[in-house]
Amino acid sequence: MENLNGYLIVSAILFSIGTIGVLTRKNAIVIFMCVELMLNAVNLTFVALSRHLGNLDGQVFVFFVMTVAAAEAAVGLALMIAFYNNRETIDVTDMNSLKW
Amino acid sequence: METLFFLIVSIVAIASAVMVIACRNPINSALSLILTFFCLATYYVMLDAPFLAAVQVMVYAGAIMVLIVFTIMLLNIRIDATRRHSHMIFFGSIVGFATLFNTVYIVMKSRAATPATTVNVEALKAGHTELIGREMFTNFLLPFEITSILLLVAIVGAVVIAKKKI
Amino acid sequence: MFDNVWLIPLFPLIGFLINGLFGKKIKNETVIGGIGAFAVLCSFVVSCMTILRLLSLPIEERLAEVKVFTWITSGNFNADIAFLVDPLSCVMIMVVTGVGFLIHLYSIGYMHGEEGFYRFFAYLNLFMFSMLLLVLGNNLLLMFVGWEGVGLCSYLLIGYYFHKKSAGDAGKKAFVMNRVGDFGFLLGGFALFWYLGASHNVWTIQFTEIAKNSHLLPTGGIVTVITLCFFLGATGKSAQIPLYTWLPDAMEGPTPVSALIHAATMVTAGVYMIARMNFLFIRSPETLMVVAVIGACTALFAATIGTAQYDIKRVLAYSTVSQLGYMFLAMGAGAFAAGIFHLMTHAFFKACLFLGSGAVIHSMHEALHHAHSHDDPQDMRNMGGLKSKMPLTFMTFLLATIAIAGIPGFSGFFSKDEILWQAFSNQHHGSLNYLLWGMGAIAAGLTAFYMFRLVFMTFYGESRITPKAKDHLHESPMIIVFPLLVLAALSVIGGYIGMPKIIGDALGGIPNYFEHYLEPVFRYSEEYLSQHSQHTALHPSHAVEWGLMGLSVLIALAGITVAFTMYVKNRELPSRFTATFPALHRAVYNKWYIDELYDFAIVNPVKAAGRFLWKGFDVVIVDGAVNGVANIVMAFAGVIRYLQSGFIYNYAWTMAFGVVVILGYYLFK
Repeated sequence: MENLNGYLIVSAILFSIGTIGVLTRKNAIVIFMCVELMLNAVNLTFVALSRHLGNLDGQVFVFFVMTVAAAEAAVGLALMIAFYNNRETIDVTDMNSLKW
Repeated sequence: METLFFLIVSIVAIASAVMVIACRNPINSALSLILTFFCLATYYVMLDAPFLAAVQVMVYAGAIMVLIVFTIMLLNIRIDATRRHSHMIFFGSIVGFATLFNTVYIVMKSRAATPATTVNVEALKAGHTELIGREMFTNFLLPFEITSILLLVAIVGAVVIAKKKI
Repeated sequence: MFDNVWLIPLFPLIGFLINGLFGKKIKNETVIGGIGAFAVLCSFVVSCMTILRLLSLPIEERLAEVKVFTWITSGNFNADIAFLVDPLSCVMIMVVTGVGFLIHLYSIGYMHGEEGFYRFFAYLNLFMFSMLLLVLGNNLLLMFVGWEGVGLCSYLLIGYYFHKKSAGDAGKKAFVMNRVGDFGFLLGGFALFWYLGASHNVWTIQFTEIAKNSHLLPTGGIVTVITLCFFLGATGKSAQIPLYTWLPDAMEGPTPVSALIHAATMVTAGVYMIARMNFLFIRSPETLMVVAVIGACTALFAATIGTAQYDIKRVLAYSTVSQLGYMFLAMGAGAFAAGIFHLMTHAFFKACLFLGSGAVIHSMHEALHHAHSHDDPQDMRNMGGLKSKMPLTFMTFLLATIAIAGIPGFSGFFSKDEILWQAFSNQHHGSLNYLLWGMGAIAAGLTAFYMFRLVFMTFYGESRITPKAKDHLHESPMIIVFPLLVLAALSVIGGYIGMPKIIGDALGGIPNYFEHYLEPVFRYSEEYLSQHSQHTALHPSHAVEWGLMGLSVLIALAGITVAFTMYVKNRELPSRFTATFPALHRAVYNKWYIDELYDFAIVNPVKAAGRFLWKGFDVVIVDGAVNGVANIVMAFAGVIRYLQSGFIYNYAWTMAFGVVVILGYYLFK
C-alpha cells in the first residue's frame, strides 16, 4: 500500500478544517457538523492504517466511533432544541451563562 | 489511474469541507458535509473496506445528516444578514494550522509500522463483512454491548432533554 | 465511695437546661420556680449524704477524688472532669446548696410577676452549677471553669433588669473587674504548672498532687509571685481592695441575687481558693502579709463607707466587702479554718440580712406603688417604723444584725473573735499583728454601728412615707418569710460548732469541732509550719485573750450605743454631725471618691488609649492594610476575570490551543 501518507495527510487537512470550523463558527449546529467532520477525519486514519497493517481492529473501531457519533448527534441536537426553546437562539455568542 | 482518482476525490473532499465552514446558510453547510461523507465513503471503498463504506453512507450521510437537517429546519433558523456568521477567524486559524502542521509533521517524520506479511489481502477482500462480524461478536463483544447501553442512554437522554419543559 | 458526687452539680445543670430552653414555653411560675428550687434541693440532699459519709470515715481518710471522665490530655498536661471530696469542699457544698436552696425558695415569692421569671431561675441554676463546679473541681482548670461561670452568671444577674442603663453598666463593671482578677488567677495557674513541671518534672494541676509535692517548692521567691497572682484573682472575685468597687454597684441586681451571689457564695470563692491552696500561701510570708494587710484595710475601709450610705442594699454591700476583708485577714494570719468558719457564718447572717432587706424593699415598693409615689423604696430615709408592720422580718433581721455585730452567743461573735485573736497571736507577722488586730477591732465597732444604724432607721421610729402608702405596708408571704426564719436560726446557733478553744475550755472542754474537722485539709500547711517557724509564736496568756475578747465586745457595744443615741434617742444628732464636718461626710458618702479616682487614673487613660488605637491605629493602619490587600486582589481579579468570559468558544479555543502547544512541545523538544 504505497499511498498511505496521502490518506493520512488528507485526514489531517480535514481534521484541521474541522478544528477551524469549531473555533470560528457561531452557529451551534454548524459547530456540531464540524465536530462530525473531525470524527470522520479520524475514521479515515483508522481505515487507512487498518488497510496498511492488514488488521481489522481499526475498522471495528470506526464502527464504534460511528455509534458514539450517532449517540452524540441525538443528545447534542436535543440539547440545542432545549436551548433554542429557552433562548430563541443557538448562537454561541449568546451562550455566556458558564461564568455563573 | 488510481492516484489520479485519489487526487480528484481529495480535492472534492477538501473543497466540500471548506464549504462546510465557509457557507453562510447551515443547510448549505449540511449538504457540503454530506458530500464530504460521500468522498470518505469512496476512500473506504478504495481502502478495501466496502462494509464501512456502506455504513458510512447509511449512518452518516443518511441518518445523522438527516437528523441535523431536520433539526435545522425544525428550528427554522433565519440567516440574519446583519450578524456575522463567524468570529475569531484569526485565532481559530492559528490553532487550526498549528494542528495541521503538527499532524503533517507526525505523518512525514514517522515510519508506519511494517505491514503484516501474513495477512492475505485477497482473503480480506472476499469475506469482508463476515470477518468484521466475527471480530465484533467475539473479540469486541464487551465494547459492543457497552455501546448498545450508550445508545440506550442517548435515546433516553435525547427524549428527556428535548421535552418542552425541563 | 462518693460515686454519686457528680450528681451535685448535675441537678442544677438540668434545671438550667429545662428552664433555659423551655422556660419561655412553660410560663407557669410555680412550675419554673419549682424546677429551679427542686434541682437545688436534690443537690442539697446529695450534699448531705456526702458529708454524712465523709464524717463516718476516720479523720485521715477523709479525702476522695471522683473521676467522671478524662477531659483534656495533651503531652504532660492532663485535666479530668473530677471532683474532690474533702472536708473543705463539703463545707462549701453544704453552704452553697443549703443557702442556695433557701434563696431559690425565697425567689419564687420575691420574683413573682417579674418579666423574665424563667430567665432568672435559669441563671440562678446555672450559677449553682458553676459554683458547685468551682468548689468541687479537683484541678485548677476545672476550678477556673467554675470561676468564670460564676462570673458570667454574676454579670447576667446583675444586668437582669437590662433595660435599666445603670444595671447594664453595673454588670459590665463587675465583669471587667472580675476579668482583671481572672487574669491573675490564670497567670498564677500557668506559673505554678510551669514551675513544678520545668524544675521538678511534676506536671500536674491537681490540688492533691500539688499539695503532695509542695515540699518541692521553695519558701518565698517564685511561690510569692504565684500566690500574689492567685491573690489578685481572689481580690477580683471577692471584692477586696483594689478591685472592690464592683460589688456595691452589683446591688442593681434583684435582691435574691445579691444575697446568693454577692454575699453568701460567689464572693467567697476567693477565700475558698486561698484555703484550697493553703499549702502554697503558707510558703510565702510576704504574700501572707499582703493578704492580711489588704484584708484588714478592706475591712476597715469598707466599714467606714458603710456608715454613711442611705441605700439599704448598699450598706449591706459594703458590710459584705468588710466581712470578706475579715476572711482575708484570717487567711493572711494563717488561720484558714477561722476564715472558712467566718465564711460559713457570714453566709448565714448576710443571706438573712439581704433577704430581710429584700422583704422590706418588696413591701416598700408595693406600698409606694399603691400611693403613686416615686420615692426610692431602697432609701432608708423613706423607711422607719416597720417593726410593727413586719414583725417576723424585723425579728429575723435583728437576730442576724446581732450576729454580725459580734454580740457573744451569736455565730458572728465566735467566728469574728477567732479571726481577731488569730490576727493578734499568729506567728507570721511579728509586731504587725497589733495593727491588724486594731484595724479589725475598729472595723468590728463600725460594723456594729452601721448595722444598728440600718436597723434603727428601717424598723424604729416613725414611718416617713405618706400615711396612705403606710397602710399598704404588710408582712411578706410565707415563702419569703420561711427562708428568713431558717437563716436567722442558723445565724444564732451556727457558731456553736466552732467555738474558740478558750471559750470551749471554760465551758467544760467543748472542742472546736469545726477546726478539728477541717484539720486534714490544712495538714501540709501545719507540717510546713512546724518545720519552718520564722517568728517565735507569741503565746499570749489566756488573760490577754479574755481581755481582747472583752475589748472587742465592748467596742461592738459602743458602736451599738452610738447608733442608738444617734438614730433613736436623739434624731438631730446625725444632721448636726454632718453640719459640723461637711467635708468628711461628703467624702464618706461619696465612698471616698474611689470610683472617681479609678475613673481618673485608669478608666479615662484606658479610654483615651483605646480611642487612639481605634482612630489612629485600627482605622488607618489595620483597616488600611486589610482593605489594601482586598483592593490589590480586586484589581488583579478585575483583569483576570476577563479570562472567564462564559463563552464556550473561548474555553474551546483555550483547550485546543493547549493541546496543540503540548503536542508541539513533545514533537519538537
